[in-house]
Amino acid sequence: MDAVEAEVLFDARGLVELDDSVPNVAEIDGESAQFDAKDLTTRKINAELRRLVYEEGVKDVTILNPSARHSLGVGILQRCRITFEGSLGYFGVGLIDGPEVQINGRVGWSVAENMMSGVVVIESNAGSLAGAALRGGDLVVKGQVGARTGIDQKGGTILVMGDAGSMTGFMMQRGRQIICGDVGPGLGDSMYDGTLYVAGKVKALGIDCVEGEWTDADTELIQRKFRIYGLGDPPQFHKFVCGKKLYNYDSLEPSERKLVL
Amino acid sequence: MCGIAGIIYRDGGGERQVGRDMTAMLQAMKHRGPDSTGYALYRPAGDGYVMHVKLAESNGHHDFDLAEKLRRQRTDVEGRMRSLGADIADIQGPSDHAMTVTFGYDGDLKQLADYVEDVRGTEVLSLGKTLEIVKDLGDAKTVAEDYGLDKFIGTHAIGHARMATESDVDIANAHPYWAYPFPDVAVVHNGQLTNYHQWKRRLERAGHRFQSECDSEIIAVYLAERMAQGDSLEESMQRSLDELDGVFTYICVTEDALGVAKDELGAKPLVLYESDDIVALASEEIAIRKVVDREIETYDPYEGAVMVWTR
Repeated sequence: MDAVEAEVLFDARGLVELDDSVPNVAEIDGESAQFDAKDLTTRKINAELRRLVYEEGVKDVTILNPSARHSLGVGILQRCRITFEGSLGYFGVGLIDGPEVQINGRVGWSVAENMMSGVVVIESNAGSLAGAALRGGDLVVKGQVGARTGIDQKGGTILVMGDAGSMTGFMMQRGRQIICGDVGPGLGDSMYDGTLYVAGKVKALGIDCVEGEWTDADTELIQRKFRIYGLGDPPQFHKFVCGKKLYNYDSLEPSERKLVL
Repeated sequence: MCGIAGIIYRDGGGERQVGRDMTAMLQAMKHRGPDSTGYALYRPAGDGYVMHVKLAESNGHHDFDLAEKLRRQRTDVEGRMRSLGADIADIQGPSDHAMTVTFGYDGDLKQLADYVEDVRGTEVLSLGKTLEIVKDLGDAKTVAEDYGLDKFIGTHAIGHARMATESDVDIANAHPYWAYPFPDVAVVHNGQLTNYHQWKRRLERAGHRFQSECDSEIIAVYLAERMAQGDSLEESMQRSLDELDGVFTYICVTEDALGVAKDELGAKPLVLYESDDIVALASEEIAIRKVVDREIETYDPYEGAVMVWTR
């Protein structure tokens, strides 16, 4: 054990983790478990989490002291509940399909990137690129988010209680974003489809983003999401959608043209 | 990619182990750039000036008579300084290719720096009453050990972990940049400037000289020149958002202030932690957590943000 835990003296890329053994430190109590990540490496934390979820059949994992480390809880493809008692760094809980994640802290860039399904609730702020390429599920940020929230979003819902930065919903293709605060310049720039709801001030709309017509379905969606996450009464929102002028939606792909002509 | 960090203590001129704190922050961001590490540290104002001089590149061409060459350069630098009337109090050589001179002087600083830099192979890394710039190849731990930075007591600092993209891996292209020849101004930068050559030509026409091929050096000289013309640090930084093109987050420090600016796209990261006694900012929260070891409330400043704190 001593040999593998010896300090790595030269590590030009800062990436070496010589051992990736499972630490087996969690206290398991029936279907729930808890462990302290303070003295574990990123790889060990993820290995322990995967052991609990996939091998021990634990349904509810609590991780203490994540200490703002990157890439925690990534790629969990099973329904379970994961609670982080503290902040995460970049790329937190990316590529997940199924888990319900509660983060009692802040997250860095690219949280819940490419989530397929599940729920991620963040009690504090998030960095840029929150919910990048989101495919499904709900991402709820109770604080503010940085720039380019939901860039390339292809589904799911992003709900932000605070403000959002520039280029929110940049190139989004499907899905919804509900922003309760103000948004920066370039809202919905180059979006293809999907819906953006903003309650605060919009600094500037992006290219081909226009105000949309409000329907009862919009009211129902917002009230439902606020009810699910216990966020009180929703404020008044404006709806923004794609103007469908930037891209030529009528033209056919070369392969399609061959079939038609 | 690069990692940048800044720290300023606000509890009324309290002097802390700023060298140790900055090393911990930069070491935590080693994965953002392991090529070289640099520090701009501010010590409490003394009587005279401190000048850090690089005598040769640490990974340069080392031939058999290098030691003799370096010895000659040292003597030459010392001689030139004395000939301009500098009253040298102390000379240290933290490594064989660097020297630190403490001296009293009341002449023209630009003339002195120019004269010293004319010694073949030398470069003045910093010159000021309180500013000390230390930069070398390797990670933060290596540089801090070589230059004894763990013992550095000071009031505020910035640092940089570099991943070289636009220019060479050597000391000349490492950050932070001193705003040659303006004393006590330094900058670290994460990003790329796209109108670098325009600004370099403009500033060269105004009589400034540049020590490197690195775009970040422009920011330091640009800001110092604005301040020399009477703008405040905040006004200069605000103006830089319009006049500098590209993507950037940079931190600028002066004798008593630390400021940060983000470009209008917010393309480069920065996490900020503010409390009554400390302001710490870094590309990643994990660096801040090395000096504030508990759950803290932090956020990312938005695009076009300019923020300045004084100590």
